[in-house]
Amino acid sequence: MELNERILHYLDKNDKVDTIKLASEFEEDHQKIVGAVKSLEALEMVVSEPTKSTRWELTGEGQQVAELGSHEAVLYNHIPETGMAQAEVMKTVPNAKVGFSKAMSAGWIYLDKSGGAPLVKRKVDTINDTVQEHLIELKKGIDNLTTNVRNDYKKRKLLQEVTVKSFLLSKGPQFSTTIKKLETDLTSEMLLTGAWKTLQFKPYNFDALGQPPECGHLHPLLKVRSEFREIFLEMGFTEMPTNQYIESSFWNFDALFQPQQHPARDAHDTFFMSSPATTTQFPMEYLEQVKKVHSEGGYGSQGYRYDWKIEEAQKNLLRTHTTAVSARMLYKLAQQKEFTPQKYFSIDKVFRNETLDATHLAEFHQVEGVVADRGLGLADLISVLDTFFKRLGFHKLQFKPAYNPYTEPSMEIFAYHTGLGKWIEIGNSGVFRPEMLLPMGLPEDVNVIAWGLSLERPTMIKYGLNNIRDLVGPKVDLQMVQNNPICRLDK
Amino acid sequence: MPTISVKRDSLFAALGKTYTDDEFQELCFEFGLELDEVTTEKQMLMKEQGEHVGAGVSEEILYRIDIPANRYDLLCLEGLVDGLLVFQGKKPPPHYVLKKYEDCHSLHLTPATGQIRPFAVAAVLKGITFTKESYDSFIDLQDKLHQNICRKRTLVAIGTHDLDTIQGPFVYDALPPSEIKFKALNQTKEMTAPELMELYSSHAQLKQYLGIIRDSPVYPVIKDKNGVVLSMPPIINGDHSKITLDTKNVFIECTATDLTKAIVVLDTIVSMFSKYCSKEYEVEQCKVFAPDGAYELYPKMCTREETISVEKANNYIGINENGENLARLLSRMCLSSTTEDDGTTLRVRVPPTRHDVIHACDLYEDIAIAYGYNRIVRRPARVVTTGGQDPINKLTEQLRLECAHAGYTEALTFTLCSRDDVATKLGVKIEEVPAAHISNPKTLEFQVVRTLLLPGLLKTLAANKKMPLPMKLFEISDVVLEDKKAETGARNERRLCAVHCGRAAGFQFVHGLLDRVMALLREPWDKDTGYYLRQCEDPAYFPGRCAAVVLRGEVIGKVGVLSPAVLAAFELTNPCSALEINIQPFV
Repeated sequence: MELNERILHYLDKNDKVDTIKLASEFEEDHQKIVGAVKSLEALEMVVSEPTKSTRWELTGEGQQVAELGSHEAVLYNHIPETGMAQAEVMKTVPNAKVGFSKAMSAGWIYLDKSGGAPLVKRKVDTINDTVQEHLIELKKGIDNLTTNVRNDYKKRKLLQEVTVKSFLLSKGPQFSTTIKKLETDLTSEMLLTGAWKTLQFKPYNFDALGQPPECGHLHPLLKVRSEFREIFLEMGFTEMPTNQYIESSFWNFDALFQPQQHPARDAHDTFFMSSPATTTQFPMEYLEQVKKVHSEGGYGSQGYRYDWKIEEAQKNLLRTHTTAVSARMLYKLAQQKEFTPQKYFSIDKVFRNETLDATHLAEFHQVEGVVADRGLGLADLISVLDTFFKRLGFHKLQFKPAYNPYTEPSMEIFAYHTGLGKWIEIGNSGVFRPEMLLPMGLPEDVNVIAWGLSLERPTMIKYGLNNIRDLVGPKVDLQMVQNNPICRLDK
Repeated sequence: MPTISVKRDSLFAALGKTYTDDEFQELCFEFGLELDEVTTEKQMLMKEQGEHVGAGVSEEILYRIDIPANRYDLLCLEGLVDGLLVFQGKKPPPHYVLKKYEDCHSLHLTPATGQIRPFAVAAVLKGITFTKESYDSFIDLQDKLHQNICRKRTLVAIGTHDLDTIQGPFVYDALPPSEIKFKALNQTKEMTAPELMELYSSHAQLKQYLGIIRDSPVYPVIKDKNGVVLSMPPIINGDHSKITLDTKNVFIECTATDLTKAIVVLDTIVSMFSKYCSKEYEVEQCKVFAPDGAYELYPKMCTREETISVEKANNYIGINENGENLARLLSRMCLSSTTEDDGTTLRVRVPPTRHDVIHACDLYEDIAIAYGYNRIVRRPARVVTTGGQDPINKLTEQLRLECAHAGYTEALTFTLCSRDDVATKLGVKIEEVPAAHISNPKTLEFQVVRTLLLPGLLKTLAANKKMPLPMKLFEISDVVLEDKKAETGARNERRLCAVHCGRAAGFQFVHGLLDRVMALLREPWDKDTGYYLRQCEDPAYFPGRCAAVVLRGEVIGKVGVLSPAVLAAFELTNPCSALEINIQPFV
């Protein structure tokens, strides 16, 4: 008969029983009994009440004594008829100190000091090792000790009190001596045969989670990217083609009126290419205008007044900003016969050769928005930033004067983050300098406003990540990717 | 962005007002600066050198303030204070006076200087009184200028000297190193130039400048009428003419490879420190003679005049102020102006401290700063355009969703990688890979731009071994290939890559994904009109389990089971199959 059924039968005859008793009755491991009880309880056939009982068990030393005899008995048995020098006894007999004092107080031995060195001699001919007897009995589970004796053994560390957790069983609401098989699920066969009408169903566990569906997942940062694209598209912006990581210094720096001795053009900030090393194709008329405005001025500007070298402009690099693409688009716009207002955006990778730390990598995504129209000013830039950042959930903005080589005026954008309860720097913006736009051939009254931010930073703030490598790169925890919720930027 | 350290209490004393840290931060915000850190000298040293910094290091509160990179006039306490006081309307912009004497000091350049450092400018400050603080500030400003506009002394090098210890006229020459011998600053004996170069080769601060002149046949040297060496630019000044707290008259010389910058640097120094002269803000000019005998007077201290239209300025910012108000706003930025033409134009005087103003737009920004960026009223948007997506990005978005629908998880891997990642680990030589190489990688993680998406996905698998199998990853992103026909010599290519990692390689799964993607792109499984698989061999793939994906005669990618050698190279212990195709043909 199955263990479960045996338990049910026992309960049927005995109303209440302790699992410890069951374990000894059935000669089964207590844990196995408990396991069976738990499954019976799930079927509501039994009810269990946790209970505690204590019993006395042999310690390790106690086990040793039960096996080999008490220390005093061992010592007694060690001593020959003629006796043994005390010093030798102490040295050779295990646990001699305890054994000696106990054997002395039990009257089994005596010390003969008549000769020079003290001799230990037997006092009685035979002994009764009651300690060992008691422990052997206890081992079997028989406990007939008086409190005094027990306390003595406890003091001698031969016994320890052990708490045993067990359960008191009684009949449950669904008690019966046979276990009905419970169905876990409704099947087509049951429908076919109609058996579902008479079968019993296992209660469904509403307190556990369901089975997760097998599905694929999108990357958290790229979900944010999709949201940003949507915001721009809803605001009527056109996406710029940015699929060109390698750029010439000309479009990345010179066309943007960034001088050739600028620190950003240092090898320690920018990745320069050893292969392909240079670009030689440029719109030459435009290049000459750029050269002029850098070295001599013009278009209302003093210029930088330095020797502009074409070799510097030819150097290839990994673009440091997507503004290089914006420059190309504005140049293309300027070649149109008639100017039409435009709104452009892009979100793509840029590369910086900076010191790496927890929040900086060599590559990240830049978000850029550009508006070109006649008569635009700072007030228009502020308005568009208000609209854009509202979509991201930032309703309070503050602007701080800043410096960029290619925009003037320039503003750093600070937003109030309600979750963190403080102002954070969220982006950079400005009005492109005339020295950049006029050489392209754009009409004089056309102004271009632009702003940019990184994609990684607001994403890390939103998802509470401290290290950028937890978001981008091979070391990202895929579990995090799979658990990442839908991207709701304004919540 | 340069950062200056000023003693907070000295700053407040000079500003005539005490602020809390927050109040000062707000003032900085409005003006365009940032209070980066509140610290002490002791704390700063402790950060660098550890806890055991000795006694005697100052515990006075220091403000570390970030200064915009183009504002050389704010790089010292003196300039910062002037800028802030004028901004707050508490003092009018300083007015500098240039003094030229008939017997003014002169600096003569020899033809040899043309070989190494062709330009020089000079100025004199008379009757100056230094305190310990202003002396430190003077040295500090030179250091800041050296680091920034002088581009670490390569473009301009500054030397300042006690005029009373030397006698003009001064000569700026370039001599063979062995012919230069003098007692350098803080040294005890005279040394030749080669000896000095040797001495400084282990000097923490100076060794970085030695390369500027080391290999030249001639080194720059400035001497006075009696042959006393003032300095050997850009390395070190002479001890003889060094400035002390007792110095009353200062001779300033700047040698340069860029004359414009030298002029700016000189203007900046004299503007900042002429306030300590006996005649406040007065600067004495010097004649600098070119090798051919023609001379120029320096410093220039030019006040440029720029005329701007009131209407244009208002519109550029989006405010509506009259000419008088705009003039007032500009004055607070040290740009004195007057209205003209019935108040429709402004004539603005750009002082020599504002070399950053090179176009009218710089003036518009200053008006906006003085007005207050946060006071500008928003103008409703009026540019009406329809939006549009870049076709390849639109296709990417659609395919990303489909791959996720198919049960694959998206990864985002690094664009830059090592040469091994795209060559050796895949069983090929780097020379055979059309990769774009970076010339100055700091580590081998940035040696090349990736030519495949596969290595990145394999690294992601290797870092996520705790995930249950099978693991299915994908990425749709760009790789870069060398291409002589492209404008820059390289082009981006949009790829779709997927990997399946499990107890079994599962070729059929990535193959199935390929079929699904092709079906979604309406490509039939047909040799002529669509796509098919053509078995091939590739060192990265398991023999007999690799195929080229062919689309109407063109190979667009590969699919197969990865070779155990590749798995080992990427530290993977379970078999993988992979798919990588170029999706640009489908745009």
